[in-house]
Amino acid sequence: MSLALPEEAAPAAIKATAIAIAGLSVRFGEALAVDDVSLTVPEGASVGLVGESGSGKSTVLRAIAGLVAAEGQIAVAGEPLGPKRDRAFFRTVQMVFQDPYASLHPRHTVDRTLAEPLLLHRAQGIEARIEEALVRVGLGPEFRFRYPHQLSGGQRQRIAIARALMLEPRILLLDEPTSALDVSVQAEVLTLLERLRTEQGLTYLMVSHDLPVIAHMCEQVAVMREGRILEVLSAEAMRTGQPQHPYTRDLLAASQGYAAEPGSSR
Amino acid sequence: MSALLAVEDLWVRFPRRAGGMTEAVRGISFDLGRERLGIVGESGSGKSMTGRAILRLVRPPGQVTAKRLTFDGLDLATLSERKMRKIRGARLSMVMQDPKFSLNPVMSVGRQIAEAYRLHTGGSFRAAERTTLEMLEAVQIRDPERVARLYPHEVSGGMGQRIMIAMMLAPGPDLLIADEPTSALDVTVQMSVLRIMDRLVAERGMGLIFISHDLNLVATFCDRILVMYAGRIVETCAASRLEEARHPYTRALLGALPRLGRERQNLAAMQRDPAWKEAPSVPGFA
Repeated sequence: MSLALPEEAAPAAIKATAIAIAGLSVRFGEALAVDDVSLTVPEGASVGLVGESGSGKSTVLRAIAGLVAAEGQIAVAGEPLGPKRDRAFFRTVQMVFQDPYASLHPRHTVDRTLAEPLLLHRAQGIEARIEEALVRVGLGPEFRFRYPHQLSGGQRQRIAIARALMLEPRILLLDEPTSALDVSVQAEVLTLLERLRTEQGLTYLMVSHDLPVIAHMCEQVAVMREGRILEVLSAEAMRTGQPQHPYTRDLLAASQGYAAEPGSSR
Repeated sequence: MSALLAVEDLWVRFPRRAGGMTEAVRGISFDLGRERLGIVGESGSGKSMTGRAILRLVRPPGQVTAKRLTFDGLDLATLSERKMRKIRGARLSMVMQDPKFSLNPVMSVGRQIAEAYRLHTGGSFRAAERTTLEMLEAVQIRDPERVARLYPHEVSGGMGQRIMIAMMLAPGPDLLIADEPTSALDVTVQMSVLRIMDRLVAERGMGLIFISHDLNLVATFCDRILVMYAGRIVETCAASRLEEARHPYTRALLGALPRLGRERQNLAAMQRDPAWKEAPSVPGFA
């Protein structure tokens, strides 16, 4: 897989591999949700996984995070992963989920939500780090003792991102981070994610069904269908509409908006 | 084109516990012919409430007032609840966003569609059965005989949404209000659902109000667009000319949207001007 990254998006450490997946399969009973997937995410890159529901794109993320059992090899920062994820793993890799209404504990304040990963990892300087984290995601200290129901959808997703960043991971797994949000809020969260990536040299593996969002956020895109990766192409090729696979062409055409039936009068 | 639906100065209000009123829809006016009218806006803009108010589905303590609310010559504001029930579902129909909560979980989907048809048209069992299969076929469900026997939990989200649409269309309504009918669907399924609605507008002359947050979709699917913000219409335009929209809110929405087929641009953060809320609603007449 060759990479052609624009200068500003490619930090010096690009040669190293953040995530390497080889022959990954996930079975749910009889069903093969992920079927022999191999993928490489270079350090500092932003790679997207697109596909329709049931294509297995979220399952790939969940397999990396250790949330589902999988066959095959996964290595993070050169270290092969075993069946269980240890603490060191979660200091390197964190995940942001789709629905900020479901992913935050409704009876925990922002303060407690952000403190939890630090307490679990016996980190020091919790006070200062929570305040810093809120500033980092563009929220003021006044949000610190609020409950999730006192926040808007965009604010909740900012908290979820802040929580993921508490342990200063190098890799973020983003599972449809903006699909529950309004367009203007989506723009804010995407811009925040871009800024954080530049500032902290993060690596993103992002899943979405929204091709324009993926093309905006990633340099490289893997298209999935029925558990397999059909093709990997650059976001540039996707934006300018030069995919190889007919399925990707269909997806792209459908993302451009409604086209009347061929032969209809409209 | 005589208007199928005429709305003038429509308000939807909810009393607040602390006193005063929350105004969800604030004095909007528009009409609808046999066309595809898109209503776009973000959450809380009042677009769904507008649809529910037309169908008189806003429950007390919510209050709906309008200078005029007429559908094909009938005054919806003063119609008795009994007469309203006769029209609702038969001539005026609504497709909701989520099929999981709109289908009856303990009745096979075929029976639900047949019931809707018989209730609103008074047709026979045999006609209902035939229509059910026809409608399922129309929404591109393969093997309709088999699917008609399934229960809602046995079908996927995309299929559930198509079944909902089949049910709403079986009685042959004159006006369909579709509230985010395809937001939960994959893009390719979304296209086939839109084609069905498109055909009904073109062939049966149905009027369609298409409520959506997806600017790109509305711009390519509808004839005309109303942009709502804070309960008011801030701008109206031909769908094909959305790119030339002038209102700063519409411009900001367009600027916030990642696009394919062009150079990658930074997404603009929306600066909301309090004056947008205060400006009077723009009339949405064709």
